[in-house]
Amino acid sequence: MCRTVDLRQAVLARNDGSARELRAALAARGTVAVNLMSSPGSGKTALLEAELGLARRRGVPVAALTADLATENDALRLARSGALVKQVLTDGLCHLEAEMLAGHLADWLPDDTRLLFVENVGNLVCPASYDLGESLRVALASVTEGEDKPLKYPTAFGLANLVLVTKADLAAAAEFDEAAFRANVARVNPGVEVVLTSARRGQGVGVLLDRALAVLDGAAPHRPVMAADHAGSGHGHGHAHPHDHGHAHDHGHPHQDQDGERRDATAAVRESA
Amino acid sequence: MHEMSIAAAVVEQVDAAARDHGAPGVARVRLQVGELAGVVPQALDFCFELACAGTLVAGAVLQTESVAARARCTPCAVEWPVGMPPDLGCPSCAGGSVELLTGRELQILDVEWAERPGVQADQKG
Repeated sequence: MCRTVDLRQAVLARNDGSARELRAALAARGTVAVNLMSSPGSGKTALLEAELGLARRRGVPVAALTADLATENDALRLARSGALVKQVLTDGLCHLEAEMLAGHLADWLPDDTRLLFVENVGNLVCPASYDLGESLRVALASVTEGEDKPLKYPTAFGLANLVLVTKADLAAAAEFDEAAFRANVARVNPGVEVVLTSARRGQGVGVLLDRALAVLDGAAPHRPVMAADHAGSGHGHGHAHPHDHGHAHDHGHPHQDQDGERRDATAAVRESA
Repeated sequence: MHEMSIAAAVVEQVDAAARDHGAPGVARVRLQVGELAGVVPQALDFCFELACAGTLVAGAVLQTESVAARARCTPCAVEWPVGMPPDLGCPSCAGGSVELLTGRELQILDVEWAERPGVQADQKG
């Protein structure tokens, strides 16, 4: 005789729970987090450097946390803007998780920070699955990457609240088909705003800052179709998730005993042959 | 490849559930993976075996059930399989009322305990 027990637990319940807690904690202190994800080399850092510089000139207290597998190069670049910057080295991990981020923010992020930009690991696959407690998720692609990038990485682009195209100054040389790119984005994320930017020429610089400030002022970001709660996901942005069971406890030790902290396994024990 | 992190999360939750139930081992874990969950079942399978080592889940079979993604446009009363790459635009209007019905699942459905540690269930569902 074998016993089968229904668990019905979201695999990422813990991350989603941590993300919700972090979002609430940030909101309580008046901070909005922006999660930036793109391929390596797409120009996130150059654009972010320009946005941080603009924020500084406008007197908006901003901070940036940048994650890479190795090197502090990005933090050094971003720090030129004069903004508070922290480099996180993931030691090979391909994405950030909410508890990791919360740990990095503790004792670092000043109370008066209004916008926190999180430059995720350069990767369009893995970071897409992890809610970091952000209120604005941005997917970026450069004009040199091809118009079909949103179709190749549908989760990253499908869950974005804003899509930014970078290196627009190279659009002609790369024969970038803007209409095709926009159509592909619309296919995976109908209604999401797509903005062309060039950090080198200043085109579109300030849009990211403006959209983040709007969210800070209470504007509701675009809600992607793919972010729907009822589609079986434990993910989402700032919505209630009745199926989640997030708990605040240590992370990163998947094999340690955590007896008594887990629940819900009591439901519906059934017998099977 | 984040399947290792996903596998570790599955093992952590199942190991904890086994302890809660006083189960000596785990024979089978049934996982539901939506088409748009961003997880590759084959990679997950490989990682699962590694993540199980040294836990009550060691030796368990991971059974993955995929869920097709479907969307609906309520005003048009149209429902369609979104496919891959997904098409989330309503085929009959340009409106913004599309709902994703299924496809983002990533959840542990149920777990079959083993009589003793490291015993696998047979592969049939």
